[in-house]
Amino acid sequence: MSYIDPHIHMVSRTTDDYRRMAQAGCVAITEPAFWAGFDRCSVDGFRDYYRQLTDTEPKRAARYGIQHHCWLCINPKEAEDVGFAEEVMSIIPDFLDCDNVLGIGEIGLNKNSRNELQVLEAHLNLAKALDTLVLVHTPHLEDKFKGTMLILDAVDNAGLDPDRVLIDHVEEHTVGPVLDRGFWAGMTLYPDSKCTPQRAIDILERWGTDRIWMNSAGDWGDSDPLAVPKARMEMLRRHHSAQAVRKVTFDNPLAFLERSPKFRITP
Amino acid sequence: MPHDPSCPLTRAEIIDAYFLEHRAKVLDIAAFLDRLDRAAQDAGEEDFRVLALRDAVACLIDGEGDRVRRIQMRLSDRSTAPIDAAPMQGAFGAPRGEGPA
Repeated sequence: MSYIDPHIHMVSRTTDDYRRMAQAGCVAITEPAFWAGFDRCSVDGFRDYYRQLTDTEPKRAARYGIQHHCWLCINPKEAEDVGFAEEVMSIIPDFLDCDNVLGIGEIGLNKNSRNELQVLEAHLNLAKALDTLVLVHTPHLEDKFKGTMLILDAVDNAGLDPDRVLIDHVEEHTVGPVLDRGFWAGMTLYPDSKCTPQRAIDILERWGTDRIWMNSAGDWGDSDPLAVPKARMEMLRRHHSAQAVRKVTFDNPLAFLERSPKFRITP
Repeated sequence: MPHDPSCPLTRAEIIDAYFLEHRAKVLDIAAFLDRLDRAAQDAGEEDFRVLALRDAVACLIDGEGDRVRRIQMRLSDRSTAPIDAAPMQGAFGAPRGEGPA
């Protein structure tokens, strides 16, 4: 059964991971720009990162039959310095015409500061001006609920269509507001700090399978690039239908992502 | 709004499938609390994270439903205004200075 991992940071993963993902049925991924585990000290550091996302990774993925797409931004962990963030944002338009760029992401909040919010609003305005899709990171742990509510208000205030915005890393206390306000929701499958596959399926059972997807967000920390196929196994273990599994792990990501004309899957 | 009911498994099937896994998790929590009791230099006020964990554990057996969401909220910063500046990049897992929800 084919699947899409709509949020994974392959710059942090090995080629072996691409191979294992392909063997598990992965046919396409999208890779949001994120924090590298350290703060980059120059705009050129981001320029090189965007080149990696738009040129190097698509070629690496293609060797395993996986279509690679990406999202560009300066992530909220590096957004406290607004002047620097604005400099980085100024180079994003240079890359937006690349074949695999779907939109702006993963923008959002980290510690819910005023400066982070200012940079988030600037990204939202950029996305509105360019009419792109948006992928939003919500904060970690104790900061998630507050940050999610601030983000939903910011997106509404920017005048973006919630049906073109994916709010990621939802958990039990945030999935309701996200779906009820018309946004798409992403559940991230992490060993400790977000959803386990079991809890993600619990959320599906409580909230249904419309406008929601699952991703691994595999990166340089504790994470699992095969988390999505493991969650599919969990759904089947609970006697959910193959059709429901396909909807959450393939049809839903496809329905959202193909709103960008650049999203494609090799037949 | 949440969908209800939803899990295709029977209660017996859920218990057969998941009991051992969650038995182990309960023992892990107990072992963590016992380890804290045995810790060297165990003085001063209890850490805010441990207080939050004890509060969350109490939520498990209070007889109410919707446990995960309620615990998530107990472990969340429930203020609403942006802070002036980010003091750090990481997170603790529980808010400082907030009592039970």
